[in-house]
Amino acid sequence: MQNNNKSERVRSDEKIALLNDQVAGNGLISRRHLLGLSLAGAGGLVTSSVLAADAGLLTRPAWSMTPGRDPSEYGNPSSHAAQIKRLAPAPNAISPGTGASRTPLHLLQGTITPNSLHFERHHSGVPDIDPAQHRLVLHGMVRQPLEFSYEDLLAYPMVSRVHFLECSGNSGGNSSGASASDGSAGGIHGLLSCAEWTGVRLSTLLDEAGVAAGASWITATGADAASLGRSVPLDKALRDVIIALYQNGEPIRPEQGYPMRMFVPGWEGNVSVKWLTQIKVTDGPANFRDETSRYTELLPDGKSLQFTYPMGVKSVITSPSGQMTLTRHGLHEVTGLAWSGSGSIRRVEISADGGRTWADALIDADQRELALTRFRLPWLWEGAEAVLQSRATDSAGNVQPSRAAWVAQYSPANRYHFNGIQSWAVSAQGEVKNVYA
Amino acid sequence: MFTPDRKHVSSRFKSKALLLSLAVGGLLSVSAVMAADGPGLGKPIDESQLQGWDLIVQPDGTGLPEGSGTAAQGQAVYEQNCAACHGMKGEGSSGVPALAGGSLTTTPPLMTAGSYWPYASTLYDYVRRAMPPLAPKSLSNTEVYQVVAYVLHLHGIVERDFVLDRASLPQVKMPNSGNFIDRSQVQ
Ligand code: HEC
Repeated sequence: MQNNNKSERVRSDEKIALLNDQVAGNGLISRRHLLGLSLAGAGGLVTSSVLAADAGLLTRPAWSMTPGRDPSEYGNPSSHAAQIKRLAPAPNAISPGTGASRTPLHLLQGTITPNSLHFERHHSGVPDIDPAQHRLVLHGMVRQPLEFSYEDLLAYPMVSRVHFLECSGNSGGNSSGASASDGSAGGIHGLLSCAEWTGVRLSTLLDEAGVAAGASWITATGADAASLGRSVPLDKALRDVIIALYQNGEPIRPEQGYPMRMFVPGWEGNVSVKWLTQIKVTDGPANFRDETSRYTELLPDGKSLQFTYPMGVKSVITSPSGQMTLTRHGLHEVTGLAWSGSGSIRRVEISADGGRTWADALIDADQRELALTRFRLPWLWEGAEAVLQSRATDSAGNVQPSRAAWVAQYSPANRYHFNGIQSWAVSAQGEVKNVYA
Repeated sequence: MFTPDRKHVSSRFKSKALLLSLAVGGLLSVSAVMAADGPGLGKPIDESQLQGWDLIVQPDGTGLPEGSGTAAQGQAVYEQNCAACHGMKGEGSSGVPALAGGSLTTTPPLMTAGSYWPYASTLYDYVRRAMPPLAPKSLSNTEVYQVVAYVLHLHGIVERDFVLDRASLPQVKMPNSGNFIDRSQVQ
C-alpha cells in the first residue's frame, strides 16, 4: 500500500473542483481539504487513482513469514531511515570541538526533535562529565552561597516544558550572502530544534540561597573547556528559567549539556549555558565575549544592539524545500515550522507566487508558548514555476519581515537574529531551490 | 554582607511548616506550594572557597585578580602562545579571528577586540577562561595581564610600558565603547 512513487494524476473535472477551492494564486487550496470537510466534487480523487494503480494480486513480504529480532536495550531508527542524520561539518582542525551540527528539518515531521538529531553548537567541544563530580555553585549577591550535586537536584520538584531552541546565528547565510546559497531547509535553518525539557526552576534555587537586595542579573558559566559564560537579567531568571536535567524524558545528552544546562525559554540559544556549573548573582551583566564580540548586532550607523534576547517571529517551509525535487504533478502538502520567542504562533500564511497572494495555513488551534508550531496547506502543482513562502504572526502581533526589510535594518556584517521570509523557487522541472525574492 | 546558615535553616523550617499547613488545609494548594519551594539540599559554601575557580570579570573590575603586566612583557607570551593562530600583529588567520586592527566603517566592517569590544575586562575574562584553545586556563594571572596588555597595544590602545592591573584595567577606554544599545529590557 505504501507506494510513494505512484502518480496521483488529477482528472480534469476533479481539477476544476480543486481550483474552485483555490485560496491564493498558483494552486494553493483551501484548508478545508485538510480538515476533512467536503471539497465539492473532489472527495474521491486521490484515492481512486491510487486504487487503480494498485490493481493486481498482492504478495506477502518476507518479514511477514518469519519472526523479527528480539527487543533491545536502547533502540535505534530503522536501518531504512539511516540517512536521517544531523548535518555535521568536518572536524575543526584549528580549535578542536568548535562548530555546529544542524537538525535535518526537511527530513522530519511533527514538532519534537529526537534527541539524537537536536542541533549542536560548541565553543570548545563536548566534555565527558562525571555527574558524581559535577557541582553547581550558586553565589555572588546571595545571603548564603550554595553548592548542589547532580543527585541533590534530582530530588527537587521539577517542571516539564516543551520549548524550541534556536541559535542566534541560525539562517545567517541568507542574511548576508550576496546571492542565495544552494541549501536544504536543515542546512540553512537547522540551528533550530524543539524538545520537552524537564528540570528544576532556577527560582527555587535562588530562593534557597536568598537573593540580596540590589541584585539585578545572574551570570552563568559552563564546565566545558571554553567555560562559556552568559548574563541574564534577574527578572527573567526568576520568571521561567529552569536547570534542565531531562530532554524528551531521558537525561539530557552530552551535546546539550549533560548533566545539566540552564534553559532560557524563547531566548537566543547561546544563553542556555550548557554543562552549567556556576551561577553568580550580580548587579550587572558580565559582558562576556559571547555577549559583546559575538551575539551583538551591528547596525548601519556603526552602533550595535546588545543583549537582544528573544528570537524573532519566524517560519520556514520544510517541504517542499531546497534541494528537493517534485516528481509528480498534482496535490502536494506544503508544510513547515513556525515559532516566536515572544509567545505563541497565531497565524501562518503561505504564498506560492512569491508573495503576491497569501492564504492562511492550517495550524493547531491550541498553540504552545515558545515552542515549534507545525503548519500545512494543500497545493496543486501542475508544472508551473512557483516561489513558495511562509509568513508567521505571533501572539504579540509581531509579523515576520521580508528578507529585504530585515536586511535594511542592519549592517551587512550582521548575521544574528535573521528572521526574514524564506523563498523556495520551484522550477518547471520540479527542482526546489533557495532564492532571494 | 552574608549571614551564613540563617536562610538555609529558615528554608528547611519553612518546608516543615508547609507540611503542617498541608495537613491542616487539605490538598488544594499542594502543587503551587511544592513548586515554589525545594527540599533545601544546597550545601553552604564560603565565597573564599571560590578563589581561583570563579573566573568572572566584570567591566568595573570586579573579579580581577592581583598581579600586573605590560605589553613589553606580554610580547613574548603572545608570540609563544597566540601568534601561530592570531598572527604576529593580531591580524588573524584562516578560521581564527583577528584581534587588532580593523574598523567598523570599512566595507565590509572588520570587528576585532580592538575595533569592536566595549570593555577591556572582556579580554581578560575571555583569554583567561578560553585561550589558547588547546590549553585553556593554563596561563598565570600575571601572564594574562601581560598578554592582554600586548593585544591592547597591538591596536594602539595602550603604550608599551602601560601597567595593566586590577586598578588600571577598568579605566582603559576602548575605541568603540558607548556604541552599544542595551536591549536587555526588551523581553
Ligand atoms: C590554536 C589556535 C589558537 C591559539 C594558539 C590562540 N587562539 Fe585565540 N582564538 C582561536 C580561535 C579559533 C578563536 C575563535 C573561537 C570561537 O569562535 O569560539 C579564538 C578567539 C580568540 C579571541 C576572541 C576573538 C573574538 O573576536 O571574539 C581572543 C581575544 C583570543 N582568541 C585571544 C587569544 C590569545 C591572547 C591567545 C594566546 C594566549 C590565543 N588566543 C591563542 C584560536 C587560537
